Amino acid sequence: MQISIIKYNAGNICSVDNAFKRLGIEPIITDDPEIIKSSDKVIFPGQGEAGCTMQYLRERQLDTLIKELKQPVLGICIGMQLMCRHSDEANTDCLGIFDVDVKRFVPNQHNQKVPQMGWNTIEDTKSELFANFNKQEFVYFVHSYYVPLCENTIATTNYIQPYSAALHTRNFYATQFHPEKSGIIGEQILKNFLEI
Amino acid sequence: MLAKRIIPCLDIKDGTTVKGTNFVGLREAGDPIELGKLYSEQGADELVYLDITASHEGRKTFTQLVTRIAREINIPFTVGGGINELKDVDRLLNAGADKISINSAAIRNPELIDDIAKHFGSQVCVVAIDAKQTDEGWRCFLNGGRLQTEFDLFKWAREANDRGAGEILFTSMDHDGVKQGYADDALRKLSDELSIPVIASGGAGKKEHFRDTFINGHSDAALAASVFHFGEIPIPELKQYLRKEGIEVRL
Repeated sequence: MQISIIKYNAGNICSVDNAFKRLGIEPIITDDPEIIKSSDKVIFPGQGEAGCTMQYLRERQLDTLIKELKQPVLGICIGMQLMCRHSDEANTDCLGIFDVDVKRFVPNQHNQKVPQMGWNTIEDTKSELFANFNKQEFVYFVHSYYVPLCENTIATTNYIQPYSAALHTRNFYATQFHPEKSGIIGEQILKNFLEI
Repeated sequence: MLAKRIIPCLDIKDGTTVKGTNFVGLREAGDPIELGKLYSEQGADELVYLDITASHEGRKTFTQLVTRIAREINIPFTVGGGINELKDVDRLLNAGADKISINSAAIRNPELIDDIAKHFGSQVCVVAIDAKQTDEGWRCFLNGGRLQTEFDLFKWAREANDRGAGEILFTSMDHDGVKQGYADDALRKLSDELSIPVIASGGAGKKEHFRDTFINGHSDAALAASVFHFGEIPIPELKQYLRKEGIEVRL
């Protein structure tokens, strides 16, 4: 199975590479359109800021490439946010794969710190991405912006308010949390994605 | 609900794990990668690897170790020690670290915090502060606790927060290695004043100390070393205890 990890100006990409290597898969980290299009599965990972990452993708026409992919695609963290319609972060128009806008966390009491950093539970999972799951599992989040609940939501979590922990439409899957850093549970999610 | 985090800290010298008492006197405590994997399997939420080697050779060895840790460990980890400029941060993040922690370099050059936040994002930037109670109040120290500064703990933490730090890791030098509990009064003040998470460090000796720092110290995470390295407090037992005490932890 050939897995491509989209190379762009976001951090944390090698963590995803390492996570697949632990599962015995050798992904290719690339921005070559032909390699990406011919892969069995595509990962769109990263940690970063919406404005400059989106600009980078546009300059290299990776924005249209990602939208037109037909194989299973997994967006992670900023990858998921960039797959939405628009982000409050730097007032950025994004890819519009998921018909929902990305909002900034607004704490309503002092102990709600932003960014949310750490392990939180995901619930109401309804996707093959979460096959073999118990009711509630902890996964690792680091983010200051969130995706509200919407018709593409396939897992929910709660920090300040309930919101989307994962999304799905057609061949596109995405998680707000980092499966590559979420221990055994995260490994199970990546394995499940490989099975799709 | 967001869980409180338990973070074992591994001090690394020449490729092995060590832990000092009150910053002097070192005892060997095992292989850093094996120990990290063991903690991860036991339910540690994150790991901190601190390079206490001073030499240039040691730095290279540590970077290679970070690359190996990133391949083997499936939970987030922070690295610190000897980070003085942006290119050190770049090197360690490229090796696969999730976050870096800066201490003396941030006090000497506070703009380093702004630069790290701008280039790599606030979430990678942990500002570590070693402080001690003096006649003038809590004062920050440099160089592993050897050099006192005029920096006030609370003012400096606020400045680090405003410059773009993602977390504050506060070690009370008065409490470190003494195993009588964390500096919960100072931690509570920090946590209540800052808009970013605070990690308690220094003083863990028994399970109750973790409960106290989460409840009384308002800490978001608790870091410890020797109680984990020498098996005095097994992490699964600690987490069961905390959950029983009504504290949200990942089990």
